[in-house]
Amino acid sequence: VDGSRQYSSENRLVTMIPGDGIGPEISVAVKQIFSAAGVPIEWEDVDVTPVKGPDGLFRLPPKIFESMARSKVGLKGPLATPIGKGHQSLNLALRKAFSLYANVRPCKSIEGYETPYKNVDIVTIRENTEGEYSGIEHVIVDGVVQSIKLITENASMRVAEYAFKYARDNQRSTVTAVHKANIMRMSDGLFLKCCREVAAKNKDIKFSEMYLDTVCLNLVQDPGNFDVLVMPNLYGDILSDLCAGLIGGLGVTPSGNIGEEGALFESVHGTAPDIAGQNKANPTALLLSAVMMLRYMELNSFADRIENAAFSVIREGQHLTGDLGGQSTCSQFTDEICRKVEAS
Amino acid sequence: ETSVLAKYGGRNTVTLMTGDGVGPELLSHVQEIFRYAGAPIDFEVVEINASTNTPEDMENALLSVQRNGVALKGNIETKFDDPSFKSMNVALRTSLGLFASIVKCKSIPGLNLRHNDVDCILIRENTEGEYRQLEHENVPGVVESLKIITAEKSKKIAKFAFEYAEHYKRKKVTAIHKANIMKLGDGLFLESCREVAKDYPAIEFNDLIIDNASMQMVSRPSQFDVLCMPNLYGNILSNIAAGLVGGSGVAAGSNFGDEFAVFESGTRNSGRTLKGKNIANPTGMLLAGCDMLDYLGHNQHATMIRESVMTVLSEKQIRTPDIGGSATTLDVVKAIIDDVKPKTLAWKSISEHGAYFQ
Ligand SMILES: Nc1ncnc2c1ncn2[C@@H]1O[C@H](COP(=O)(O)OP(=O)(O)OP(=O)(O)O)[C@@H](O)[C@H]1O
Ligand SMILES: Nc1ncnc2c1ncn2[C@@H]1O[C@H](COP(=O)(O)OP(=O)(O)OP(=O)(O)O)[C@@H](O)[C@H]1O
Ligand SMILES: [Mg+2]
Ligand SMILES: [Mg+2]
Repeated sequence: VDGSRQYSSENRLVTMIPGDGIGPEISVAVKQIFSAAGVPIEWEDVDVTPVKGPDGLFRLPPKIFESMARSKVGLKGPLATPIGKGHQSLNLALRKAFSLYANVRPCKSIEGYETPYKNVDIVTIRENTEGEYSGIEHVIVDGVVQSIKLITENASMRVAEYAFKYARDNQRSTVTAVHKANIMRMSDGLFLKCCREVAAKNKDIKFSEMYLDTVCLNLVQDPGNFDVLVMPNLYGDILSDLCAGLIGGLGVTPSGNIGEEGALFESVHGTAPDIAGQNKANPTALLLSAVMMLRYMELNSFADRIENAAFSVIREGQHLTGDLGGQSTCSQFTDEICRKVEAS
Repeated sequence: ETSVLAKYGGRNTVTLMTGDGVGPELLSHVQEIFRYAGAPIDFEVVEINASTNTPEDMENALLSVQRNGVALKGNIETKFDDPSFKSMNVALRTSLGLFASIVKCKSIPGLNLRHNDVDCILIRENTEGEYRQLEHENVPGVVESLKIITAEKSKKIAKFAFEYAEHYKRKKVTAIHKANIMKLGDGLFLESCREVAKDYPAIEFNDLIIDNASMQMVSRPSQFDVLCMPNLYGNILSNIAAGLVGGSGVAAGSNFGDEFAVFESGTRNSGRTLKGKNIANPTGMLLAGCDMLDYLGHNQHATMIRESVMTVLSEKQIRTPDIGGSATTLDVVKAIIDDVKPKTLAWKSISEHGAYFQ
């Protein structure tokens, strides 16, 4: 008894936001796999359903701030954004609360889950705080709207620096800045200038720059030519989904949000209300996000073991969930991964 | 009947803007093929490229298009490292009021590509949105770039898309937007499309968010028919779709205003790196030329050349390296001419006997 208490005091705390819809099922799956691997972390579950403040406005509950302040790292399932009532998107609220300035999505072809595109191994890094998502819009006169895209040197430098750090930490060779500076000469021009400046200080990583349209064209023709891409918010939004499409969609794509005050890893698919509670959901996206999280926490050997186990279950194709073309339940798929983890 | 004959029999003069990169060489191939096909077009060649960028050069080019009404164009390179150098392509489009851009992406049978069921028409608002180039630096290190969406232009492009769909017997128009984030701007665009859609009850209408649309385009492109989009999303999706059917060398593009029409390659690349190497794919520019022939009413010539292009690429399998072949540009051009020649001979004798336009 004493032994286990001692052991748990060495565990690192991770905030878990199970989320809505299939969120709870896939969160349980991830926890099960983590304990099979003996990962030295302790989960703290937090519900982020907005609470009504004294001023009548809905806000994130204080518990999430308390938990993240201690843990600095969180894992999150899908959230249903309540419609109406004037509260903002919860994802946006979380992004703001923890200054999550970079969204990172590794997209790697999964053996055993074939798509027309082979050898995809791309990481998109998206500036996550400004650009077209600044939310500043005006109706100038009736029928004429102006939306402002905001690009700042600070945010551009910060995300560019992270891109090079990510490349180095993850043994990547090239960072490509994606831009449209031929049209948006000042705004994208500033973003590009920042990337060039950071590249000059990180000569061990190769740097290239490409137009957004050329990237779109070449991505679908030769996805194997791309490595790490860094870009402003909207382009990142679009290209991260495009790359996810190349490897089979959001159900298998992990995502991480890197911030000043911590990092939040998440599955980017929806709450899948059509299959929620039926033990049919595929936990892969959340699991791979959790694997990213382990690497972020420098628990690489656990990350490798869990990732290998998941990939080999998919490759063998005997225990797949419906969305991957199989007939297994979420728990059967999860149990199989646990068996592999324990055997490794 | 005489007026039809006069129209078909008449010749048209069109402006040929040479552009940079492979523009000049591809356009000379188009001219040659047109000549063999007997297409009744006279070209007025205007040399315009990144190094002829004085206001007079621009004025000359504009005057020529305004005189002729129609142009076939190579892309002009934009040097973004020189801030004084604004995109001449954009300037031309705005000066000529070319509010609509069309990129056609259709799988060519027999090419060994990932998808072979693409057949979509990408229609894009061509003058406003992110391309207004209204930008300023508020304080050092903080830049604002304005995107402008108007109800007028949005409705105009939506109407253009539905008219196109109706005319070419297409079934569905999909509006692309990001109205969940840009609630006012893209919201106005979407609302405008919805309103116009009501006037075309026979054509199905739906909408998709741009990030989802990009993912759908690479995974299940056959679901798309006609797409209608603001400027930047059009740029993105037309490049994705062009990539799916074989790339820059394959897709045809065109731009329309109330008075003028300009035809060009679908992805608006200059192909600098291919210049002078005799490997550029002439297909896209040639198909753009065929669309121009259609626009001018020379439908038989357009159809004849298009069929020869398809015969050469699909059946004879004479293809440039960008679409997996080993032929040179000239090989392809020659094969097309060889295929066109016997048809024009037969055709001439038919039309001389007055059997053609009854
Ligand atoms: N992890 C998953 N495993 C299996 N199927 C999934 C998964 N995530 C999504 N899907 C399926 O993909 C489709 C779209 O899912 P998605 O969650 O985006 O639905 P949604 O209605 O948009 O939910 P939300 O409103 O929360 O975004 C659904 O049919 C869903 O069942
Ligand atoms: N006619 C063509 N046939 C085959 N490939 C083409 C053709 N035009 C362009 N490409 C290819 O499409 C890609 C994009 O072309 P792009 O013109 O952007 O390249 P570039 O010439 O280096 O740049 P820029 O447009 O700035 O001059 C390149 O790989 C180019 O080789
Ligand atoms: Mg998105
Ligand atoms: Mg969803």
